[in-house]
Amino acid sequence: MNNVRKQKRANKSLPFFFKDEFRVSFIIIFISIILLISTFSFDIVPPILNRGIQPATFPKALLVLIISLTLIIYYLSINKPWDVKKKLPKNFFLTLFGFLIFIIVSKTLDFFLAISVLSIFISYNWGERRILYLILVSIIFPILVFIFFETILGLRFPPGIITNLYYY
Amino acid sequence: MLIPLFSSKLLIVLILGTLFGLVLGVLPGLGPTTGGALILPFTMTLDPLSAIVLLTSIYCAGTYGGAITAVLINTPGTPAAAATCLDGYPLAQKGEAGRALGMATVSSTVGGIFSVIILVFFAPVLAKLAYEFGQPEYFALAIFGLTMLSSIGEGSPIKNLIAGAFGILISTIGKDFMTSIDRFTYGINELSVGIGFIPVVVGLFAISEMLTQSTLLDQVFKRVALKAIKLPTKDDYKKTWKTILRSSGIGSFIGVLPAEGGTVASLIGYSEAKRFSKNPEEFGKGSIEGIAGAEAANNAATGGAMVPTLALGIPGSATTAVILTGLIIHGVRPGPDLFREQPEFLYGIFGAMLIANILFFIFGFFGAKIFARITLVPNKILWPMIFTVSVCGTYSLSQSIIDVWIMLLFGVIGFFMRRFGFSVVPVIIGLILGELVEGTLRQSLVIFDGNWLMFLTRPIALTFFILSLIALTFPLLKRKKK
Repeated sequence: MNNVRKQKRANKSLPFFFKDEFRVSFIIIFISIILLISTFSFDIVPPILNRGIQPATFPKALLVLIISLTLIIYYLSINKPWDVKKKLPKNFFLTLFGFLIFIIVSKTLDFFLAISVLSIFISYNWGERRILYLILVSIIFPILVFIFFETILGLRFPPGIITNLYYY
Repeated sequence: MLIPLFSSKLLIVLILGTLFGLVLGVLPGLGPTTGGALILPFTMTLDPLSAIVLLTSIYCAGTYGGAITAVLINTPGTPAAAATCLDGYPLAQKGEAGRALGMATVSSTVGGIFSVIILVFFAPVLAKLAYEFGQPEYFALAIFGLTMLSSIGEGSPIKNLIAGAFGILISTIGKDFMTSIDRFTYGINELSVGIGFIPVVVGLFAISEMLTQSTLLDQVFKRVALKAIKLPTKDDYKKTWKTILRSSGIGSFIGVLPAEGGTVASLIGYSEAKRFSKNPEEFGKGSIEGIAGAEAANNAATGGAMVPTLALGIPGSATTAVILTGLIIHGVRPGPDLFREQPEFLYGIFGAMLIANILFFIFGFFGAKIFARITLVPNKILWPMIFTVSVCGTYSLSQSIIDVWIMLLFGVIGFFMRRFGFSVVPVIIGLILGELVEGTLRQSLVIFDGNWLMFLTRPIALTFFILSLIALTFPLLKRKKK
């Protein structure tokens, strides 16, 4: 409770660009503007083929709506600041890092190896130390899922160093 | 109504769906929406009726399952069970966990069955009305569905609207369906077919929840001991029958409105139970009426939410958005034509919901003790397994690794959306309704020769626009009143 109060006080004294409401609004508006600019590069349909409106008009209208609504939430937050959020713990960033590892391993080595690596990485970082359980989540369970998808659903997984052992 | 279900395959699907729904409901953070999203890819191996029976039984049982966790560990297994915690846990702490769960089970079953009756009678009427709808009316209806999110959905109304608009924006990615012109594809071939429902749904619900759980690892649950569920006594029934009926009506009505059905329904059901109670001072301290009010309402919302989903193709809640996705990927287009062309399919769904409500009563009554033990599965084991299922399920649909990456991306987006008070449900509803909104708008403009004012000459469309305006201004007026 004290920590939240302390953080609230600290947040009040922060310059506006460090506050969540500014950062979130800025990111939404920034991305929306980039997307809005990109809509100007969409092909234009000749009037004879055009039915109703141009393909870019609808996304443009949506992006303008998102930008306008974001400006409103930022304006409203000046009088009523958002709740102060607790800092994200280390485990969150480790989980995100796990996703990154998953993407790299699945792209370069093997899809199932990537699942195993991510499972063991997350389970271990979330506090599991028992070898049997680590084996369960990273090897036994993915193998069961693989067999289920491969035999019952007839799915073919992308080739890789481990998957190839099964296929060839 | 039940005849289509008299096949061993459908009955097995129904039983498995109910059991799976109960397990999902009991596990905090999962629930029928995330569970439905996880199971969606697997339903591709089933015929459309079996797939939807599976999803609806998960929906009914999962909504009830949340009550078990709410009563025993003071944590709602599903958001819809949040109001059940208020009296369920205090009653359990007094050593009456069995009585609390007994009342939750009975009122959930009554609420659920009541709402199925509403669904059976009301959905065809609504579907008949929808025959009068042309493109402009459908456009106005879709806009009404989206604006309802702002007034009834959880969180800030404006944030809900932004999330809804974001969902519609995602639906515009890929080739424009009228002119085949690429939009937001940036030369990536895989994006020209658009972004699939499943990577977005699994990402926003399952992966974002996994990231949320990574921030809650130091949370410790204290579980109250449960000996056995007890059926409510005569005295309990006397005290609560009016509350159960009232909440069933409230839940069914709220469910019909396109928004986050169960959660809102249970909160209103609970507060109305308190308002009408002879002993309002007992609320929050273990009132049996409080449990009945909340549970009857949230389960009644299940059937209610299926009304607009089946009759109009507009989801009534987060889970029905997933069910609607299931219908679409199985090639079933909800709406009035479905009622005319495939009545046996609809009766199958109605019957499945009815039986699911009876089954979860039986399973809940005899198996609550076992289901309660599921809450002891640690997150460090559970979530890596859910990740494996999510990844394989998402990959399986179009066998594309890009879909898996999109799922991860939406998981991260969903986490930050929830962290900063943006509900993820409007994104899904926006994504589902996106094509309908844009398609009907453009076709209407073709009919009207580009004259926007012509929308106002159509009485039904005009009514929906006025209702949308009310839905948009209502939260602002409510805030001013506060």
